[in-house]
Amino acid sequence: MANKHPKADAVIVGLGWCGSLMAEELTRAGLNVVAIERGPWVETSVDFPPSVDTDELRWDTRRSMLLPQAVETSTFRNSAKQKALPTRDWNLNEMGNNVGGAGTHWAGMAWRFSPFDFQPYSMTMKRYGAGQIARGLILQDWGVTYDDLEPHYDRFEKIAGVSGKAGVLNGKVMEGGNPFEGNRSSEYPLPPLASLRLTDLFNTAAKSLGYHPFMVPAGQASAAYTNPLGVRMGPCTYCGYCLYYGCGNFSKSSPNACVIPALMQRSNFSVLTDSAVIRANLAPDGKTATGVTYIDKDGQEWEQPADIVVFSAFQMQNVRLLLLSKIGRPYDPATRTGTVGRAYNFQSVSGANLFFENEYLNTFIGAGALSQQIDDFNGDNFDHTGLGFIGGAGILVVARGARPIGNADFLPPGSPRWGKGWKEAYTHAFQNAAGIFGQGTSYSHEDCYLDLDPEYKDAHGLPLLRLTYDYNENDRRSAKFIEEKSVGIGKAMGATIVQGTNSAEGHYSPYNFASDHTIGGAVMGLDPRTSVLNRYQQSWDVHNVFVLGASSFPNNAGYNPTGTIGALTLWTAQAVREQYLSRRGPLVKA
Amino acid sequence: MQRREALTTMLALAASASLPAANAERVSGGQPWTPGEAALPELPLAPPGSLAYFTQAEFDIVGAMAERLIPGDALSISGKDAGCATFIDRQLAGGYGSAATMYRLGRFIKGTPEQGTQSPLTPAQRYRQGLAALEKHCQATFGKGFAQLSGEQQDALLFAMERGSLALGPDVEVKQLFEQILQNVREGFLSDPIYGGNRGMASWKMIGFPGAQYDFRGLLGRNGQKLAIVPISLVDNSL
Repeated sequence: MANKHPKADAVIVGLGWCGSLMAEELTRAGLNVVAIERGPWVETSVDFPPSVDTDELRWDTRRSMLLPQAVETSTFRNSAKQKALPTRDWNLNEMGNNVGGAGTHWAGMAWRFSPFDFQPYSMTMKRYGAGQIARGLILQDWGVTYDDLEPHYDRFEKIAGVSGKAGVLNGKVMEGGNPFEGNRSSEYPLPPLASLRLTDLFNTAAKSLGYHPFMVPAGQASAAYTNPLGVRMGPCTYCGYCLYYGCGNFSKSSPNACVIPALMQRSNFSVLTDSAVIRANLAPDGKTATGVTYIDKDGQEWEQPADIVVFSAFQMQNVRLLLLSKIGRPYDPATRTGTVGRAYNFQSVSGANLFFENEYLNTFIGAGALSQQIDDFNGDNFDHTGLGFIGGAGILVVARGARPIGNADFLPPGSPRWGKGWKEAYTHAFQNAAGIFGQGTSYSHEDCYLDLDPEYKDAHGLPLLRLTYDYNENDRRSAKFIEEKSVGIGKAMGATIVQGTNSAEGHYSPYNFASDHTIGGAVMGLDPRTSVLNRYQQSWDVHNVFVLGASSFPNNAGYNPTGTIGALTLWTAQAVREQYLSRRGPLVKA
Repeated sequence: MQRREALTTMLALAASASLPAANAERVSGGQPWTPGEAALPELPLAPPGSLAYFTQAEFDIVGAMAERLIPGDALSISGKDAGCATFIDRQLAGGYGSAATMYRLGRFIKGTPEQGTQSPLTPAQRYRQGLAALEKHCQATFGKGFAQLSGEQQDALLFAMERGSLALGPDVEVKQLFEQILQNVREGFLSDPIYGGNRGMASWKMIGFPGAQYDFRGLLGRNGQKLAIVPISLVDNSL
């Protein structure tokens, strides 16, 4: 290979939340770090100031900040008996395409997972026994516990400027917070966002049913804030341009607003933009990586040698990079052996659509994470005996910022889709329609996995990732249960029409935007036979490769993933700084 | 940290004689930022009244469709009067029309509904092919073009397209054609007027959407009240 850069101490593939947090930790430890980002540099004042940001067609409808399928997509089929075909248009696999990654366009729900979510196997066995676990379900502990991650969640929340209210603080249940959450060592750095009409209605209804509603922790600064890296955030203006948009106010938590300004001051950091990493290169013995190869804008191949390789691209891209690099053993669904691509999973989502009669919900005012939720039916917060499933969902309403094009089909059942009748229905519904969103836990299944497609390739001639996935029986039962609970809350909120919704009722499709929380495929764990990574997100096979992101999750929680992705990154960074740098090798004996 | 005072140096790679310079920007030592620059949306440079992609006949058909899909009434002007056909013309002339973001490699094989579109047509091609077939059908059946039919006849055709029951030949996926037209007409009616539709912010006034507003802090605490905010758009009215 002719084109070769000088060796770096660490190369970071993908500069989103994981990549930027890892780079911040490693540069602070004195390492020379090069990040390689597939998308361009973006700058708040140029790329999404208020006069550019407020454009639904451009950013939401046309998804202008996301990685186009023309550049990279995946193929999909519901079962191994079908032929997978490419997902050609915008779909729920929403990858970032800029410095900041998906962290630039996310909605901002900044959760911690519950203690159960990290130990679903041992806790289910202890409380219910093996009979509770549906056939074929992959249920395994992560090898890291909530208590291990607590300080890192705390650090992430302080870096991101999260607005919320503690529910359990140093062992004490706090009024107004989530009483089911894992114990916290400190309060959120900022108080919750202001409640709006929709969240008021939910709060009152949920309390009337004996539930425990609370404001969702939001990656929108409820007040001016300076984070521990010395970066300033401005107060959120409730404009509602969050999900799919950048933030022109420096209010939404993002790598761009919270981490990169500090990182870019460090002389031992640089980022190569518009450059697509295609693989890690391995030493002849296959035990270490020597760096990565990437393709620049002009199609030139370059090598960036490094002592440490960090994959911190989108979940699916991490798995694809492992497969293209031939790191780890690919999963074979016939023999149920191998690990790379195993335990791929999505999220079961159900809930209810609500139509009120005489409301002014004004949900064009809002923020990506301006939400009320109950956790009474999430994780293992309720007794599942006799229910035939494990898990549940966080049940929430969100005043995300209603937008005219996006809401045009959000009408009472039976409404006309065009003509005078549509205009009348839409004019009424724009102020009167709302959704209850049950964001479910999901557990992966032996039949669902990721591998490389045998036919379809990207523009570089490299195979696309192939998804074989459908909802499993546990998903369907749990989603049905949550749908019923959501309908009950909707009625208590006073809606005149309450229509249950359930994405897990039919087959999965990447075009059914249940959520965009795709996970797994390169999971962490305690046993190299069932995980790609050890408990520090270090490859079992190639010890200087670390893989960060939701690809590490063996199961999905009833929450958005970003807070956990951030905490896991900081947990891994600590292990690299305190253990790996002085003793290069596996941090856990296989 | 003073964000605006960050050094903004773009270090070009020192290219030695044997190596080509990487065509990647190496960003380091600060945040590159030029005051006064803004990433404005790409708008096709077609003068008002001209067409960027459609023929006049196609433009007239789409206008007639917009009139039926979003008729004028007490709530608002029609989709046609709001400029939906102009909006679609501009969209089809740009990256959207040429499916610039879509994956278009490999074999196009019909799949399951869950696998979504596998059509080799771009949106611009779908309009051209579909409108020609529709026009041929109208001439053969009624002896007139779609735009010349009565409103009732046009509605009946649109319903048949929506149901997928109108046969326009083996090459036209009529339901997909209808869905594309409906979606684009809605986009033209509901998007910012900067893109050529939603004249006078007619749709935003209809549904009560305040448009390109960026700060609602002054309205917090008025939960559940009618706010009657005068909408604003990205169109520069300052000149």
